[in-house]
Parts: sequence; C-alpha cells; structure tokens
Amino acid sequence: MWIFSSPKVVFGDDALEHLEHLQGKRAFFVTDANMLAFGFVERVQQRLAVAGLDSAVFAEVEPNPSLQTVQRAAALMADYQPDWIIGLGGGSAMDAAKAAWLLYECPDADPAAINPMEDYGLRQKARLIAIPTTSGTGSEATWATVLTDTEAQMKLSMGSPELLPDLAIVDSTLVMGLPARITADTGMDVLTHAVEAYTNTLANDFSDGLALKAVQLTMRYLPVAYADGSDAEARGHMHNAAAIAGIAFSNAMLGLSHAMGHSLGAVLHVPHGRAVGLFLPYVVEFTANGGGTRYADIAHFLRLPAEDEAAGVAALAAAIRSLSAQINFATRLEDLGISRDAFEQALPKLVTNAAADNQLFFNLRFADNDELEKLFRYAYEGRSIDF
Amino acid sequence: MAIPFLTDEWAAAFQSAVNGSAAYKVAAETWEGDFYFIGELANGSQRVLYLDLWHGECRNAYIVASASDKSPEFEVSGKIGSWKKVIEKKTDPIQALMTRQLKLKGNMAKVLKSVKAAQELVNAATLVSTEFPE
Repeated sequence: MWIFSSPKVVFGDDALEHLEHLQGKRAFFVTDANMLAFGFVERVQQRLAVAGLDSAVFAEVEPNPSLQTVQRAAALMADYQPDWIIGLGGGSAMDAAKAAWLLYECPDADPAAINPMEDYGLRQKARLIAIPTTSGTGSEATWATVLTDTEAQMKLSMGSPELLPDLAIVDSTLVMGLPARITADTGMDVLTHAVEAYTNTLANDFSDGLALKAVQLTMRYLPVAYADGSDAEARGHMHNAAAIAGIAFSNAMLGLSHAMGHSLGAVLHVPHGRAVGLFLPYVVEFTANGGGTRYADIAHFLRLPAEDEAAGVAALAAAIRSLSAQINFATRLEDLGISRDAFEQALPKLVTNAAADNQLFFNLRFADNDELEKLFRYAYEGRSIDF
Repeated sequence: MAIPFLTDEWAAAFQSAVNGSAAYKVAAETWEGDFYFIGELANGSQRVLYLDLWHGECRNAYIVASASDKSPEFEVSGKIGSWKKVIEKKTDPIQALMTRQLKLKGNMAKVLKSVKAAQELVNAATLVSTEFPE
C-alpha cells in the first residue's frame, strides 16, 4: 500500500489572481524580510483584499529556519487566529510556515519531532497556501519541512502528510528577477529532487513520470533561465519543474545527495541547492556501483547514450557535470572556498549528520560511515567515485 | 524449520539474531529503550512480544500474556499480515508505518534519530525462519 497526494496547483504567469476567489477571513503570512521589502507580500495582500481577507505578516524567517523562529511565528498565529496560513518565499519560508501552522493547530507538538507516523488532526483552525518565489525547493508541493537545530548544528529533515499545502500558487512572475546564482543553485535542487525521486527505494508508478518530466525540463530550461533571467518561457518551465519534482519526491522519497547536502548546509552553511546539486553526480556513481539502479532509464528518457546501465550512468553523470559547467556551478567542495583545514575539522560532524539523516535510508545503496567519509573526501577533491 | 511468529520460541530466535548482528550493534550503540511488538490476529486476539534493547544488545525478549503487563517506552502494532509483509521485505518498514499498516507509539524525536537501528532490527527479524498464523 502506498498513497499518492498532491496539493491543488494553480500555475502560470497570472496564478496569483486565483487568490481573489479565496474564501476566508484572515490570512497569516510566514515569510522573510526581503519578501516584505521587495513588495511580494503586498502583491499577494492586494489579491487577498479583493477576496475580503485581512492579513498579518511574520517576516522574520531566516535562511535555514530554526525551531525558535517557528515557535515565534506560531505564537503570533495564536494571537491572530487566521483561517489561512500563507508561506511566501523560498523553501525556508514555506517550511517554516508548515511547522508554525502545525504548532498553531497543535500547541503541544514537538517541532523537532514532526513525523509521518503521528496523526495531528490539522485543518481545524486553518489551511495552508504555499507561494514559491524561487524555482527549486518544491516545498509548495510537498509535506516535508526542513528546520535547523542551531544548537546541534543539524538540519532536521521532517514531515507529515498532513503538512501538504492545500493550495500551491506557482506563478512564474514571482521568479523573473532572480539573480543567476540563485537560479543555478535552486535549479540544481530541482534536478536533484527529480533524479533522487526516480531512483530511491520508494519510487513508484505514480511518481516516476513526474520525476522524469522534471529532469527533462531542468536539463532543457535551466541553462536558458541562467543565461537570460528574463526569458519568460524558461522561467515558467523551471517554476513548473520545481513543483513537479516536489510532487514526485513527496510521493517517493529522496536519497544520499540530500543526506550529505543537509549535513553540509548545517555544518558549513552552504546553500541547500548548491550542496545537494554538487553531491548529485558523486551519488549517482556511488549508487550505481552497488548495481540495480534506474539511472539508465533517465539517460534513455533524455536521449543520452544508454545501451546498458553502465553507459546510462556514465552518460547521466556526464550530463549533470556538463549542466553544472553551463551554469558555473561548483563541482568540488574545494571550489566553494572551503579550506582543507576547515574541511578536515568539519568532516567528523559532516559524516555524523549525514548518517543520521532520514533520506539516507531511501537511497538504493546504503552508505555506511566509512563510505560517507570517502564520499565527502572525493567530493572535496572532485574525484569520480571508484568504490 | 519455520518458527511460529510472536511465540516464546520466535522471541528467543529473534533475540539471538539481533545479538548476532554486527550492523545492529553499531547502529544501536547508543539506544536505550524497550519495545512491544504486537501482532493482531484475525480472531481479535493479540500476541505481544516484549523486547529490552540496550546499547546494541537485546537483553531480553519474551512473550507477555497481555499488553497491560508492562509499560515499554515504544509500541509497534499491526495485523499479522502487515508484519509478514515487513519481515518478508515486501514492504519497507517506514512505508508500513507511514500508511498506518503498522502503528508506532512512543517518543518520536528519539526514534527518528535511530532509523538505522530500527532497520537493522527488521533485518534481524528476516533472518528468523518464520511461520505466520493465518
């Protein structure tokens, strides 16, 4: 038995207009200071006003939101009593919105232990709208939430099916001004979601097609969106690809790139997409060395040489590295400005965190601590995986 | 010869399998906590296995007459058919928990940090040749 779920997705360059038909009284924004300063919150508020909704704004979400931030947002929600929660921004804002919403509905819940095995009974007080302003995280279409335990220097990769947004507004006008660097980082996050959704232990018939389509869209349109951020067609397809990949991995799972990427992000503060995308080709090679993978399927779908699994793996890893080159995306940890000393000092913590990350267990080939250490070392130096 | 599931004989074989697992010993190195594994039979009755797990070792495993006999920190329960699918590796244990085929009660924050240990526990169970009741 398995369950496929998806939010209602409104997409297109006028998707925000859909909010004019929202039924409700009060909306509570969970967002960051930039969204407020650059007028994104106001744009959404204008649509809500047409629908007759008042709103309050919590604009204090930081990159890699902490448990404490979520608790502060939830306390303000309790005062305001909204019937809609709006997560507006990148993955951090949307993830914080999910967790704060859960605490608003269930004040006694432990935000560090949000899990899919528990019944929370959400939607008694409010429902959730997710509005992404980057094309990467896919959080608008998933039940995952990643928070950071700042004391333990650890990302908590958690989730509950009840946290799936009721409505995802995928409006590509919100990403037209994204800087090239963010376009590259978030785009590689999409690719990693899609590849890992297709190649993990819980991949299934319902998620497979979405994963393949997201890989194809990203390979085709990410270089275009990177080269010309005003290309509306490329931006639109990348924004859709992010949500599609999100639905795919929300209904399958992820893998080793995310376990390592979460660890790198928490310990050495590398942006999420940059971290997971950097590890992806190494993980493809490592996992393929264990046999029985599906990378050749992806290569075949992309019309890369894939007469057998080995050829497909090689072609896919090469295509990922080629894409990285086109968008000036780092392929070695050393390229991120991490000194050898800093790396060696961080390595034990990097391994410990990755070994404890739940996504590790869905990778088709399990990596033990020794292998994780070697993977980090190979990624630091940019060596292809030979074990 | 297959051993009937959730009986004293099965408990002893499972304990032996857990204690023979080097992978479990490493994965559960810091684990402290006891469990019930509860199998629900078609006739409405239950079989309840008590497990005392401590720092990579299964210190004790035996069947209790009733779930009210002890108060373990964690409890995993489900129909015998659900246990069978997990132990025969036809269903991933996390998949079984997420779809409520198996239900887990206890401190989730603690158990979420020990997913690998839980997987190795299931792997040990697969080593026991098991006969499942209809």
